[in-house]
Amino acid sequence: MSGTDERGEPPLLEVENLRTSFSTEAGELVAVDGVDFTVEDGETVCIVGESGSGKTVATESITRLLRSPPATITGEARYRGQDLLTMPKKELRSIRGANIAHIFQNPQEAMNHCFTVGWQIVEAIHAHEDVPKAEARERAVDLMDRVGIANASSRFDDYPHEFSGGQKQRVMIAMALVGNPDLLIADEPTTALDVTVQAQILDLLNDLQEDYGMGVLLVTHDLGVVAQIADRIVVMYAGKVMERGDVYDIFERPAHPYTQALMRCLPGKGDDTRGIAGSLPDPTDPPDGCRFAPRCEHAIGECEIGDQPEEVPVAGDHEAACLFYQQGYSTETVRDRSLEGDTARGASDD
Amino acid sequence: MTDEPILQVRDLKKHYPIRKGLLNRQVGAAKAVDGISFDIERGETVGLVGESGCGKSTAATSIVRLEDPTSGEVIFNGGGRAGATRDENGYHPNDVTRFDKQELKAFRRDVQMVFQDPSSSFDPRMTVGGSVAEMLLVHGMTDKHRRRAIVEDLLERVGLSAEDYDRYPHEFSGGQKQRIALARALVLNPELVVADEPVSALDISIKAEILGLINDLQKEFGLSLLFISHDMSVIRSVCDRVAVMYLGEIVEIGDTDEIFANPQHPYTEALLSSIPEPDPRATREQIELTGTVPDPVNPPSGCRFHTRCHKVVQPDDLDLEQSVWRALITFRYQLRADDIDVEKIRENAGAEGAVREEIRTEFDLPQRVDDPGAEETLERALDRIVDDDVEGAAELLDAEFTTPCEQTHPDYTEHGDGHISACIRHSEQVRSEAPADD
Repeated sequence: MSGTDERGEPPLLEVENLRTSFSTEAGELVAVDGVDFTVEDGETVCIVGESGSGKTVATESITRLLRSPPATITGEARYRGQDLLTMPKKELRSIRGANIAHIFQNPQEAMNHCFTVGWQIVEAIHAHEDVPKAEARERAVDLMDRVGIANASSRFDDYPHEFSGGQKQRVMIAMALVGNPDLLIADEPTTALDVTVQAQILDLLNDLQEDYGMGVLLVTHDLGVVAQIADRIVVMYAGKVMERGDVYDIFERPAHPYTQALMRCLPGKGDDTRGIAGSLPDPTDPPDGCRFAPRCEHAIGECEIGDQPEEVPVAGDHEAACLFYQQGYSTETVRDRSLEGDTARGASDD
Repeated sequence: MTDEPILQVRDLKKHYPIRKGLLNRQVGAAKAVDGISFDIERGETVGLVGESGCGKSTAATSIVRLEDPTSGEVIFNGGGRAGATRDENGYHPNDVTRFDKQELKAFRRDVQMVFQDPSSSFDPRMTVGGSVAEMLLVHGMTDKHRRRAIVEDLLERVGLSAEDYDRYPHEFSGGQKQRIALARALVLNPELVVADEPVSALDISIKAEILGLINDLQKEFGLSLLFISHDMSVIRSVCDRVAVMYLGEIVEIGDTDEIFANPQHPYTEALLSSIPEPDPRATREQIELTGTVPDPVNPPSGCRFHTRCHKVVQPDDLDLEQSVWRALITFRYQLRADDIDVEKIRENAGAEGAVREEIRTEFDLPQRVDDPGAEETLERALDRIVDDDVEGAAELLDAEFTTPCEQTHPDYTEHGDGHISACIRHSEQVRSEAPADD
């Protein structure tokens, strides 16, 4: 992975060999084990995987939202070339919120019930800039208006409990936009919401991304959401990256058996909806070889020795960390034509 | 075996009274469930779908009488009660809402519930085996060893092992806990299971596993199932028939395939279009549902969905583009709710003359409405707003822009094969076509 793009500018976010561990009574728990990915300006990168695969820990490690200790974070996470992981706290603080903003799954828990919604947005503005009260209020109202809260100026003095779940998530997004961020990290932003509200919030995120030209790093396990808004996808399992590629690669030609298994979890996909047998490995004692091997239907003896296979190109930027894609193995073994046929039909009309 | 349905719900209502003042007088009621009717056949899975706040869960708890319904009948024909007929007073002996204590206990053996959050439905200080076996004890199985044997067998059938009997809830993952909850629901061999969002709190792969398990168990035990969910894709994978609920009422019922292929009610269309399609090339036509479900204390008049409906009907003398008409109606309701900030609009507009244009932009109204009459009314309303008389503007619009949807409560229209929907567009078609048949 190169540190610069063609124009010689460092990418918006570049994560290299990120490793986050916690020491527990049962031993060292490695939640994220050497993960790389980049996010460019204006693109949406989705990290997908089951709960417990390390998605959230990875994103919270980038901006050091995880307290360290207990967490031990190593590797590099460069925001426009500056490493966030070694940067002094003060500097990090000026980037957090202003350049990189976070939104979380549960807007309920992310707000203070004792203060009005407007006050909380103003507080976020004041955390970054020293502006007069009246101006901060005005900007807060503008932001509330921008994220689609009707009659913003009169809602300014309402308390969080007077807002519905979707509206609260809109307010959280307004707070995230306070510093005009160029990277938005969204952790399951629509999981706690109703389907109809989810559609509204996804539309809003799409609009805002166009308006502000933000890069978005989205964490979710909902593949429907991913298909709708992702440009590129990183599939994580047990702290490792299993597969990466653009959205069409992943949905139409899933290469890694884990990605294929995830796709088969979708209701109505393939002949029969089935889960993935077994459960995630113990993070304090991950299995040898490929982490997914114990649950993989194609696994052979060699899959369970050594380290996780290197990511190898399947086609272009599409990479998979599976032994069968390395030289000397047949990829035919792991390809699932039924999944490919299913989606390719709509695309090529045959 | 008779062919009567296992459960018949007739005009079920559950209103929560709102009391105020010194004398605690009832000043209104939240009409959470307001007259729903449907049947569940033996061995059938019926889905109840809708947004949060539409009364799905209240319907479930009222049906199993965890809460006493306000009115209506719930006729349960299981538990050896089949074939009963109404007595001379018109009461049905199988009406759950009239069951006495003893009947209710028997009923609760035959009908079980599974809840959304498996973590909060187990006693953390009781082994899971104990939690499941407690059901047997309550219903009179005194033999400890037999209880254990039955529960161990059942734990295996839901995909756990017999050794899990002595473990505590915190030792299990969410998906495993939901399996135990299913075991607990099945231990008494019920005929009907009411599952309230059983997979909503679960992760993708676990969700698929539990759905598969529910399907398997249903075949194995010959269960009838009432399955409540807000997720249309989940409904599609388990249900034979679907009832779509909106604000306490069922707006459409029909076979699952039929509802998905050929939705008749605009609300169903909107719900279907909001499912994120797991296909990056899907170019779906999205119907945006604005706002949220209205307050059930003061539901909108006529068709309750008309305040958000994209197909809201125009009066006979108007022929506007549908999106324009929708915007006018939305504008009218926003004025009614005082959701307009004239100050702010003035500020944005800059010049005083541009205020009207700014209001039109703000509320997605076209700069000129095609119909001269409607345009004039709108212009008059805008004049009043500019004169700070929002109330007056709202009154004007209320009087001029009325939709048939708010005036008549739609009746159900048949679409064949038990597929019915409550939308005025269909009943109107019937009315206009009827003379032609003569």
